[in-house]
Amino acid sequence: MSTDTSASTDTERTRLLPAVQRGMLLRLGGLAVLLVVAAIYPLVITNALYTQFAVDTLIFVAAAVAWNLFSGFSGYISLGQAVFFGTGAYTVGLLTNHWKVIGGTIFALLPLGGLAAAVVAVPFGLIALRVRRHTFVVITIAIFFIFQLMAYNFAFTGGNQGVSSPFFLWNAADYNNPFYYVGLILAVAAIVLSWLIRHSRFGLQLLAIRDDEDRARGLGVRAMRVKLTAFILSGFITGMIGGLWWFFIGQALPETAFDPNFDLSVVLMAFLGGAGTLAGPVLGALILEPLQQWEAITFTNGFVAEVSLGVLLLAVILFLPRGIIPTGKELLMKWQAIRERRGQPAPGGAAPPASGTAVPSTGSQKTGSVR
Amino acid sequence: MTALLRTAGVTKAFGGVQALDDASIEVAEGSIAGLIGPNGSGKTTLFNVITGYERVDSGHVYLGGKEITNAAPDKVFAAGIGRTFQLTRVFSRLTVMENMIVAAQHHERRQGVLRNPFARAGGPATRRRAMELLEFTGIAHHAGSLAETLSYGQRKLLEMSYVLMASPSIVLLDEPAGGVNPTLITMIADRIRQLNEQGTTFLIVEHNMDFVMGLCDNVTVLDYGTAVVSGPPSVVRTDPKVLDAYLGTAEDDDDIPVG
Repeated sequence: MSTDTSASTDTERTRLLPAVQRGMLLRLGGLAVLLVVAAIYPLVITNALYTQFAVDTLIFVAAAVAWNLFSGFSGYISLGQAVFFGTGAYTVGLLTNHWKVIGGTIFALLPLGGLAAAVVAVPFGLIALRVRRHTFVVITIAIFFIFQLMAYNFAFTGGNQGVSSPFFLWNAADYNNPFYYVGLILAVAAIVLSWLIRHSRFGLQLLAIRDDEDRARGLGVRAMRVKLTAFILSGFITGMIGGLWWFFIGQALPETAFDPNFDLSVVLMAFLGGAGTLAGPVLGALILEPLQQWEAITFTNGFVAEVSLGVLLLAVILFLPRGIIPTGKELLMKWQAIRERRGQPAPGGAAPPASGTAVPSTGSQKTGSVR
Repeated sequence: MTALLRTAGVTKAFGGVQALDDASIEVAEGSIAGLIGPNGSGKTTLFNVITGYERVDSGHVYLGGKEITNAAPDKVFAAGIGRTFQLTRVFSRLTVMENMIVAAQHHERRQGVLRNPFARAGGPATRRRAMELLEFTGIAHHAGSLAETLSYGQRKLLEMSYVLMASPSIVLLDEPAGGVNPTLITMIADRIRQLNEQGTTFLIVEHNMDFVMGLCDNVTVLDYGTAVVSGPPSVVRTDPKVLDAYLGTAEDDDDIPVG
């Protein structure tokens, strides 16, 4: 936008900019506040139970964003995300034990976990991405179970025993803190990557594939290449998260590292907040993971958390299929439109409804400058 | 005149149905060619085969002397063939401008503008060109709207606009006048003529005979997957084989019991 300034658009810009700027400032301010709160959280809340919740939540924020980066943008709903998670967990675990790495150095192995998952994503993607919709979902589930079976049955994965992390003494009071901050870095990195993709030509191609893959191919989009790249990126992040999780929990078992509940949770989080949006998966994870943790300690029967997950999945699909963010935005726009029609200024000035009409009006301004 | 687009002996069967049977057509460079025929005669299948959406069973497709048989849709587009679909297909949850930018990917890649994959989608030059095309087709004021909010006719115009983003040498239009009001039909015909004057070749499938006969330099008739007649509209209009194709052959009458 900044590059094609011309005289004819100046008047429009001076009128529009304050509104746009106000929105931007509000957003950036909100993000800054969130980031500060996230950064000081474990310093303020020192109860180990709550910092543990926070680490789990960050792990799921990053995982949901990573899922969304491929599935949300491209519309290919993957239920095999745990393949990457487990691969990352096992890779970091096995390498840690093999190289006898101890202490915080283990964090340095996370990229290798990500790399292993990315390598797995190549054949996984080449097989699964040949088919669409329901067939794709079924194939991702099948491949997921293949990986779980392999973890059970290979000698090097430790079978039922899984892979344990070495025990070492860290101060119990702030034991969770390193995990928390590494988790925060991963989550922020995933969000930034997802933002970059959403606003890039690569992201636009993914969205075009979501809307109509064949039409996109007919307009020069190399669909397989684009899908596979996103799949690999998503796998890389999820693999790193898996490695962090292994280090945090201290053990990877076939049924916990390759956990169907992980797949469902991640998908549900993204759908709850709004699949394909930037903030949706973050919001979904921030709501759902603490809820699950709370249920796990409140109800002694562990099935309550699992049953509620299923019920919530049904409820979201039936009543909120597009997720909180898109539906909320729509309601807000409607509400503001009604207020405007009654002649009352919407709170926060006339800016928000204008942001909807702003794009076409700058567009028509631009047409003037073209001539 | 040299043939820009040519198919030679293309056959394609779906199960037991022979959709294309030795279909050979030629589109002269710089012309507006029409492709007509009864329902099910294989017009859309021929489009699909040319643009890489279906593979041929046998036969060849050439663009400007270069063989493009069974090339993937993105390669065909890159080679210079743009097409629209009978039932319009736009990216409904993207804005009109974003729709245009999607179609510019190949163009930008070729210019080396976007080496960086995280570069912002659609540079200023692309957006300027997109606005020019949207103005040309008369939907510029919708540039910021989601494509799903467009009317059927506007979607047709959007489809035509984004196909033009890559400056194709030939555009295949599948029923551009179908389900569109008369004013818009006139406007679409005008635009096709203007683009043709600037050097774009057209191949048009259309059932609206006034549209085809008024616009096309050459008309080819498909019947049961075979090109039966090809020539100027005035000749094709009166050819007995065309009447047969549309109205059925005289043999059919023999089955009617007499008396």
